[in-house]
Amino acid sequence: MKKTILSLAAAAAVLSLGTMGAQAATKACYIYVGPIGDFGWSYQHHQGALEMQKNLGEENVELAYLESVPEGADAERAIERFARSGCNIIFTTSFGYMDPTNKVAGKFPDVKFEHATGYKREHPNVATYNSRFYEGRYVQGIIAAKMSKAGVAGYIASFPIPEVVMGINAFVLGAQSVNPDFKVKVVWANTWFDPGKEADAAKALIDQGVDIITQHTDSTAPMQVATERGIKAFGQASDMIKFGPETQLTSIVDDWGPYYIERVKAVIDGTWKQHDVWGGMKEGHVVMAPYTNMPDDVKKLAEETEAKIKSGEFNPFTGPINRQDGSEWLKDGEVAEDGVLLGMNFYVQGVDDQLPK
Amino acid sequence: MFESILITIATAATPLLIASIGELVVERSGVLNLGVEGMMVMGAVTGFGVTLATGSPWLGIFAAIAVGALFSLLFGFLTLTLVTNQVATGLALTLLGLGLSGMLGEGFVGQPGIKLGNLYIPYLSDLPVIGRLIFGQDPVFYLSVLLTVAVAWFLFRTRAGLTLRSVGDNHGSAHALGINVIGIRYLAVMFGGACAGLAGAYLSLVYTPQWIENMTAGRGWIALALVVFASWRPWRVLAGAYLFGAVSIGQLHAQALGIGVPSQLLSSLPYLATIVVLVLISRNRRLTMVNTPASLGRPFVPDR
Repeated sequence: MKKTILSLAAAAAVLSLGTMGAQAATKACYIYVGPIGDFGWSYQHHQGALEMQKNLGEENVELAYLESVPEGADAERAIERFARSGCNIIFTTSFGYMDPTNKVAGKFPDVKFEHATGYKREHPNVATYNSRFYEGRYVQGIIAAKMSKAGVAGYIASFPIPEVVMGINAFVLGAQSVNPDFKVKVVWANTWFDPGKEADAAKALIDQGVDIITQHTDSTAPMQVATERGIKAFGQASDMIKFGPETQLTSIVDDWGPYYIERVKAVIDGTWKQHDVWGGMKEGHVVMAPYTNMPDDVKKLAEETEAKIKSGEFNPFTGPINRQDGSEWLKDGEVAEDGVLLGMNFYVQGVDDQLPK
Repeated sequence: MFESILITIATAATPLLIASIGELVVERSGVLNLGVEGMMVMGAVTGFGVTLATGSPWLGIFAAIAVGALFSLLFGFLTLTLVTNQVATGLALTLLGLGLSGMLGEGFVGQPGIKLGNLYIPYLSDLPVIGRLIFGQDPVFYLSVLLTVAVAWFLFRTRAGLTLRSVGDNHGSAHALGINVIGIRYLAVMFGGACAGLAGAYLSLVYTPQWIENMTAGRGWIALALVVFASWRPWRVLAGAYLFGAVSIGQLHAQALGIGVPSQLLSSLPYLATIVVLVLISRNRRLTMVNTPASLGRPFVPDR
């Protein structure tokens, strides 16, 4: 479903046809995995894009986007179409766009590519960017262990990719730092976005006795189910407090605006360079929604942990941490390397689930 | 827990059942409308929007039914009056519905909806195990079962149903007998649209009471597959929808229980089950042929 911003596209067409040689605006293009109305992952990226355009001025930046682009072969076509249509910079905002992005980037050396959450930069015109969401998930784990009476939380996961595995690990490490016996039940929805299925997964988990729900899928449906069943839950990607005023404990809010402003501005100024940025709480990429529906002592503990992570005093992946099979991963005091985290394909000890391969 | 699982299955099956029953009538009249997904999502956005504006989920549901029927009228006009290709027009209807609903629903994103309440009958709804399942679900659930009964009765026990089936089996002969082929097909298409609209409203008012773009997430396509799966028989549609729902919910429970089966395999189970049953029932080719509307998808231009 192509929905460019029509007026802008029309204006650009008139410009390029009518006034030859006039300075064309910089065109920033976005590929989203879900609809921009998901109120989750894609919604937040789009909010960031809009903020960027507003900040840099509509006369300077033309915005185009494609939503609900499936990962895989379709993505390559979509990216290539953007590259051909005169985009100066293309943001591909899902892990599954990694290979297509690099492939198209090889064919269009003059176009800048920015791939979110990936680790491959095969050409000088590909940059990668990500946020350290695991920092937020560690804090959520602590809250979950404090708040759960059953001692079991339900985790609705999307696909077994490093980003998601890392999140589960951080959540479990956080929870078990408070309660070593804490359990997490993981259900893989095998989709980023299907409100009905996400709701069903939440119902299944609650029927099996969990009393906290957290999700790594993109819709607000699990929050609503938790509200209906009277348990607590964590929001995802955006502040979902409206969907669970008495349910949401906190939410990891993705704030991409500042990054998009910085990068598109670099294209306009001609200073764009390849890089790999992984911002966390410290850089303001990961923001926690207000801590709500919890006693003051839990809130205080969460805030203290957040402050420690923000100041760099503490990293959730600090040893000693063993792998799920009991073998040693990090020695006492050792901090995980970013490269290992970005390719994380194993569970840490204490996760009660088999990682799908 | 058992009861709650059964209710979850019913909730998952109901939108599929309603949309499939509607499409079944359309296909029985010889028209293939691939626009179910588009009509459903239009129903979802209408149901949500009207409910938000008026505060009444019932008004939302009626509006969704009306919009579904109106939207299908567009398909009817193109394929029946202008005799365009049904497959292409149906696909276009889906694309249009997805895009249009996203545009109409832009202001609804991030707004919590109002849920259509569940039925409550004193004493009966409180019965153990079956109370909530039989007497305590949402009204649309009961409507979906009634709809199946009504359509089965209409198609196979009434004269009008026989006429509709004859149009679907051989529109030439039906026309020669003086039956208004186009008129009947218009009505069937609108019934299908109304059902799809209702199914969509079920998603945005009962299943997950909120509006999210593309929230149908492919359910319209599953509904289409279910019609073939059921070999165009209403009761088999009901069985198919519930089988699909049961396997979808069952696999989530299997995962939460930590059964050591890869989740990707579990996730594909509902689709695999559909294919297996499809293979089993199409072993007998003659039996399948008997149920398939012979004029399905063929354009009708009356001779003068």
